[in-house]
Amino acid sequence: MNAQPAPPRPAALIEPDDIPYLPRGVRLADDRVRGIRVLQAPERAMQLDAIGDAILSELDGRRSMAGIVHDLAARYNAPDDQIAGDVRDFLTGLIERRMVFVKDRS
Amino acid sequence: MKDQQHQPRDLDGNPVTPGLPMAMLAEVTHRCPLACPYCSNPVELTRAAQELTADDWGRVFRQAADLGVLQVHVSGGEPGARRDLAQIVAHARDAGLYVNLITSGIGITRDRLEELDRAGVDHVQLSLQGIRPDMADRISGHPGSWDKKMGFADWVRDIGFPLTINAVVHRQNLERLPDMIDLAERLGARRIEVATVQFHGWADLNRRALMPTRDQAAMARQVVNDARIRLRGRMVIDYVPADHHAVYPKACMGGWGSTGLNVAPDGTVLPCHAAQSITWMRFENVRDRDLDDIWLNSDSFNAFRGTAWMPEPCQGCDRKTVDFGGCRCQAMALAGDARATDPVCSRSPFHADVVARAEADAQADPADFIYRRMKKGD
Repeated sequence: MNAQPAPPRPAALIEPDDIPYLPRGVRLADDRVRGIRVLQAPERAMQLDAIGDAILSELDGRRSMAGIVHDLAARYNAPDDQIAGDVRDFLTGLIERRMVFVKDRS
Repeated sequence: MKDQQHQPRDLDGNPVTPGLPMAMLAEVTHRCPLACPYCSNPVELTRAAQELTADDWGRVFRQAADLGVLQVHVSGGEPGARRDLAQIVAHARDAGLYVNLITSGIGITRDRLEELDRAGVDHVQLSLQGIRPDMADRISGHPGSWDKKMGFADWVRDIGFPLTINAVVHRQNLERLPDMIDLAERLGARRIEVATVQFHGWADLNRRALMPTRDQAAMARQVVNDARIRLRGRMVIDYVPADHHAVYPKACMGGWGSTGLNVAPDGTVLPCHAAQSITWMRFENVRDRDLDDIWLNSDSFNAFRGTAWMPEPCQGCDRKTVDFGGCRCQAMALAGDARATDPVCSRSPFHADVVARAEADAQADPADFIYRRMKKGD
C-alpha cells in the first residue's frame, strides 16, 4: 500500500449565479423520534446540522447561490466570502449525490 | 430502573443496547410475474392468502414511524401484484414515511402508476435483468419483459418520479455493465445500483450459472470507478461487489438489528430478508406482537446485536465494528454456523474452500437456470 497524498478538494459543481433547488423526491423533514432535522431523498435519509438545515431551507428555486449566501450572511452577521465557500462545498456534495439540482442556465 | 427481565440480551445472554431503525423493507407480496434465478425471496414462498391486508400494513407503518423508521422500501415479489398497492402506499405516507417503490415495472399500467403518484410514492426503483430483449427476457424468465420495462421507464419520466435503476449483475451479464450504466443514464436515472448477486436462497441453487469470475469482478470494479468519475454530478453509482472475491465481508445490514428491519408478506419480522435461512431461529409476527416490542425484545433481533457474541477470529479483530463479522446468513450457508465469521472473510478458516468453490463454479460450464417459481397447487 502506498501512502496517498490528501486528495485535492473536489471541483465545485455550482457557480455563484446558479440557482440550486431540491428536486422532486428530496425534502426537508423533522425526525420527531430522534429530535433532529433530516434530508429525505431516494433511499437515503441524511441527518442535518443547524447549518445544513439553514442552507437548504433557503433553496426556493428562484434565488442564485450568491443571493442565498448574501441573505445568510446578513442574517448571521458574517461577511459573504466567509460562508460562500462552505455553502458551495455543502451544495457540491449534495449535487454529487443528486440530492440538489441546479437550474439549466438559459 | 429497567426490570431485569426486560434487559435485551444476545444469544449468549450478554446485555445489548438496541438502537433505532431508520429503514424498513416491506415485502408486501411474494407474487411476481418474473422468475429471476437469483431472487432474494426465500425458497419457500408465501402465498397470497397469507398476506397482510392493506390495513395491517397501515398499522405496521404507524408503529414503524413511532419507532424511528424514516423510509419504507415497498417491495416484493412484485408489489404491483397487489391490487391495493396504492392504498398501502397511502398508509405509509400518512404515517409520515418516505416511500420508495421497488418494482420490476411489470404489471403496473400507466393509470396505476399515476394512481401511485397520487398516493404519494416518492421514488421509483426499477430492476434491470440485462441489456436488450434477449438477455433481459431470458434471465427474468418472462418473454416481453424488456419492452414492458422500457415503456414503464418512460412513464416514470413523464410523471416525474426520481428513478433508480437496479442492475443485478452476475457471470452472464457482467460484460454488459458499461451498457447498463449508459442505459440508466439515457433513461434519466439519478442513481444506478449495480449489485452483484448475493448467493443465498435461489441464487445459491444457481451458483454455477451465476458466479462471476475473478476477472469479471475486477473488470466491474474498474468500470464502476471510471463511470463514477465520468458521471460525477449527473448520476450516482452505488456498487455491491462480488464478496466471494473480496478480502473482507460486507457489513451486512450495517450490523444485525441495528438500523433496518424487514417485514415479510405474512407479517413475519426479520432482521434481514434472508434471515429465515437461519433455520433454528424463531421469528415474531406483527399479527401477534407490536413492532417496537419485536425490535426491542425479540430473541431474533437481539441474537447478534453488539459484539460480545462474536467468536474468534472476529472477537479479536479490529474490524469487528466495521463489518460486524459479515453476513450471518452467509455464515449459516457456507460454514453451517450462523455465529461463525462470514466465510468470505480472508481471516475465516473456511475462506480458502469458499474461494476454491467459487472459482470452480465460475469456470464450470454454466448450468441451466433454476427459475424462481411458486410451487403449484399448495
